[in-house]
Amino acid sequence: MSSLSALPVVVPFLAGPLLVATGSFAPRWLEDGTAVLAAISVCALCVLLAVHAATEPFAYWLGGYRPHHGVAIGISLSIDPLGAGLGAFAALLVSAALVYSIHYFDAVKGLFHGLMLLFMAGMVGFCLTGDLFDLVVFFELMSAAAFALTAYRIEERAPLQGAINFAITNSIGGYGMFIGVALLYARTGALNMAQIGAALGGHQADPLVIVAMVLLIVGFLTKAAAVPLHFWLADAHAVAPVPVCVLFSGVMVELGIYAVARLYWVIFSGPMGASAPTLRAILITLGVVTALLGALMCAMQRHIKRLLAFSTISHVGMFICGLGLLSAKALAGIGVYLVGHGLTKGALFMCAGVLLHRFATIDEYDLHGRGRAVPVVGVLMAAGALLLTAAPGLTTYFGKSLLEAAASDGGYGWLIAVFIVVSAVTGGAVLRITGRVFLGWGPNEGPDPGQARAAAERVDETRGERDRTPILMVIVPAVLLVVAAVLGLVPDAVPAIERDAARFVDHGAYARWVLHGLPVAWAHVATSHEQPVDVLYSVLAVAGAVGTAALGLFGRPLREGLPARLTGASRSALHSLRRLHSGHIGDYIAWWTAGAATLGLVCLVGLR
Amino acid sequence: MSFLPYAAAAWLFLVGLWGVVSSTNLVRAVLSLTVVQSSTYLVLLGIGFRSGAKAPVVADIPQSSRLVDPVVQVLVLTDVVIEATVTALLLALVVQAHKRFGSLDPADLRILRD
Amino acid sequence: MTRRARLALFALAGPAFAAVLVIGLHGLPTFGDYHGVYGLLVNRIEPRLRHATDIVTALNFDIRAFDTLGEEFILFTSVSGVALLLRRLRVADEHAERSRGTEDHRFAGASAGVRMSSLLLIPLLIALGGYVVLHGALTPGGGFQGGVVMAAGPLAVLVAGRYLIMKHLAPEWLLEAADSAGAAGYVLMGVGGLIFTGVLLKNFLPLGTPGELLSAGMMPLNSIAVGLEVTGAFLLVWTEFLDQALITTGGEEG
Repeated sequence: MSSLSALPVVVPFLAGPLLVATGSFAPRWLEDGTAVLAAISVCALCVLLAVHAATEPFAYWLGGYRPHHGVAIGISLSIDPLGAGLGAFAALLVSAALVYSIHYFDAVKGLFHGLMLLFMAGMVGFCLTGDLFDLVVFFELMSAAAFALTAYRIEERAPLQGAINFAITNSIGGYGMFIGVALLYARTGALNMAQIGAALGGHQADPLVIVAMVLLIVGFLTKAAAVPLHFWLADAHAVAPVPVCVLFSGVMVELGIYAVARLYWVIFSGPMGASAPTLRAILITLGVVTALLGALMCAMQRHIKRLLAFSTISHVGMFICGLGLLSAKALAGIGVYLVGHGLTKGALFMCAGVLLHRFATIDEYDLHGRGRAVPVVGVLMAAGALLLTAAPGLTTYFGKSLLEAAASDGGYGWLIAVFIVVSAVTGGAVLRITGRVFLGWGPNEGPDPGQARAAAERVDETRGERDRTPILMVIVPAVLLVVAAVLGLVPDAVPAIERDAARFVDHGAYARWVLHGLPVAWAHVATSHEQPVDVLYSVLAVAGAVGTAALGLFGRPLREGLPARLTGASRSALHSLRRLHSGHIGDYIAWWTAGAATLGLVCLVGLR
Repeated sequence: MSFLPYAAAAWLFLVGLWGVVSSTNLVRAVLSLTVVQSSTYLVLLGIGFRSGAKAPVVADIPQSSRLVDPVVQVLVLTDVVIEATVTALLLALVVQAHKRFGSLDPADLRILRD
Repeated sequence: MTRRARLALFALAGPAFAAVLVIGLHGLPTFGDYHGVYGLLVNRIEPRLRHATDIVTALNFDIRAFDTLGEEFILFTSVSGVALLLRRLRVADEHAERSRGTEDHRFAGASAGVRMSSLLLIPLLIALGGYVVLHGALTPGGGFQGGVVMAAGPLAVLVAGRYLIMKHLAPEWLLEAADSAGAAGYVLMGVGGLIFTGVLLKNFLPLGTPGELLSAGMMPLNSIAVGLEVTGAFLLVWTEFLDQALITTGGEEG
């Protein structure tokens, strides 16, 4: 069984070049079929690995170089259920995106399928590896494929700008990571994560370790789009083709969170142990700023893909808050919520794709009322909005309740208010769109004529509006939403993730099973039970969402009734915030530097 | 004196970032990225150096001689390949941007903004 | 943000970031005196273990072969991206060009001396590149380095002023085939390890005598696969860019 460990990476590495080489002459159905088959088989392989690792996590040493006395010279794939599970999730979303794109693109070359498979290979390798430098290499593979896919629609101009901003920002994050890896290598003489963790374990963190941690976290949080490293994400989502956006928001961004979690608990939890409360405060501040700014920007968008992108940023802020709590329960909450959010966001992007495919525009006001032609999509979007607000019983609800429980356990009970605001605002924004597009509610002219109109996008250069929507393009998001709704109700699903999270955070155990291959006696984990107050929070969020949507749809007379000074001040503040997202790469990198420098200085001062 | 390579690396990183922030020409911005990358080479290779040691090729020297660290060289090799290819991709984007927007100034790429 | 605001922000943030870097770098061991266990261990055991005399290549294609696999595919992905970006619009321009009749696009100033010496360079470069690729496990070099040198061979045709001849020598389909074959070849070598020894990327060929060409097991084969891929990839990238410059703008270069 363990010899299958490398296959999830080998399969797309073989299928990718095949698809690229045959792209110009192979028939479309063959390309689609091969790509979907490859993606589904990778998903199945990862699920097998995850199930096998759930009883006993194991390390697969490539090239046959097993470690001796705790010193590793080979590269390991350290398979544990959360990592393999995330890899399976990535492959699942890739399969869904590929099935969706069967009808989304009228014509596509082999390069699209090949690039998607290579993107998947990068993501899966990233989740499975146990070597720090290998993590960076697969990160770069994932990024290179993402850059190329973002610029896929070269017949338009905007994708070029989006891809350039994306590529430059992420590359700089990557270069910082290289230096972080170099610092850790210099200190410990190791590249295997378990070995680095073991070597750093006994000593208090000194500036070198702190700076290495900052550089690595900044690099991964650039991918995860934390504020102020987030500017690239809305641009990239606005221009990338819809199947690619599904992957960006559904799993690529979340992989940054996974990497920070893995690095913290394997490498840095030892040296940072004494200063954990300060680190907690730092990460939670970062998370709250990201969550609130993302929510605010989300509510102000009229370009539907940009709106969904900012809602992703907001949810990432929630994930960072959860990370910052530095507890197993919070990690479990992130895990459950991540799956629910990924499926939901993927489905919402696919619904936006249906609108784009059908009406050749993705602007909320241009689409006013036109969605009546595709009412099913309206139902799906409303369901997606409910999932974003984490209504009771849904997978996102279970994840959020774990996060809320972890927050109150950790003494950060006020975070629950932040979570409720995020759910309410982002869910409300999607409800608002649903109301305006599918029911024709609200005015059909935007409030701010100066806001950049969404470029009239088209899916391909030969067709404008269409008069029918292929049924497959509606079935795939429907399936994703159904899974997102019921996954949390599967018996033992959420408790299993809680158990896996408790094992994930066990620093000593990781070194034991990776470096020494010894079985670990896992302590019994008490899994959480539902609290009635969780339902209250969830209902509050849903009510908030409905209220925000109503405000967005019908609130203009109210706004006009407010005193002029109040509206004037808030309008100019919001206007400045929006102006910061200027599309200029110089601005983005200046903010990146500011964010990295601030995090570095705060950590150096606070974490001695 | 022995801190010079690392100080130079920090300087290169800073100068490269400055290049990206202040460029009015996208080609210059992309090449500034190359400068940032070179700082990582300096740090890696500086770490692995051992004074008085030879290159890790034992074809014609006794196997027990003092050799520099080979691992950082492999890391730099990977690093160089990654950088070269991502730069190629970025420059292709820049070439297309020039064709479509008619300008290489980031300030003229004004479609995506809020 | 205005340009002044942007530069002002960076004037504060940049030096602060550089300071953070310097503080971190200060903790590094003294320059020239590194005792990392990974490197020391590999230096000592590798030659005996795999009969390779170039330890860097042994690390690249054997011990850390999985990293090289990922790196190869980064190259493949980026080149596919370049092809995606530059090819679709170029096709339209090329039809227009061909209707004007084929011309040799020569560099107006290429003297006879330049052309002679570049023609001499071509076999030298290809031979040198091939040598570096094949001897990867023995002397400094390997697939990546040798591949770039080999790619420079056909490029010398360009310097000699005959761009279209270069495109005949190295047509696109051949380069793409080389690129894909190299990438897939490396993976297949790894799968060979999986099939014959049960572990991916494990060296499964006989190790031979150190210092001979056919030694170190699968390392020369890996080297050749990578060399093939790098040559194809780099030539592909260069021809894509040159097509943009030379064909679509009318081709006269000064």
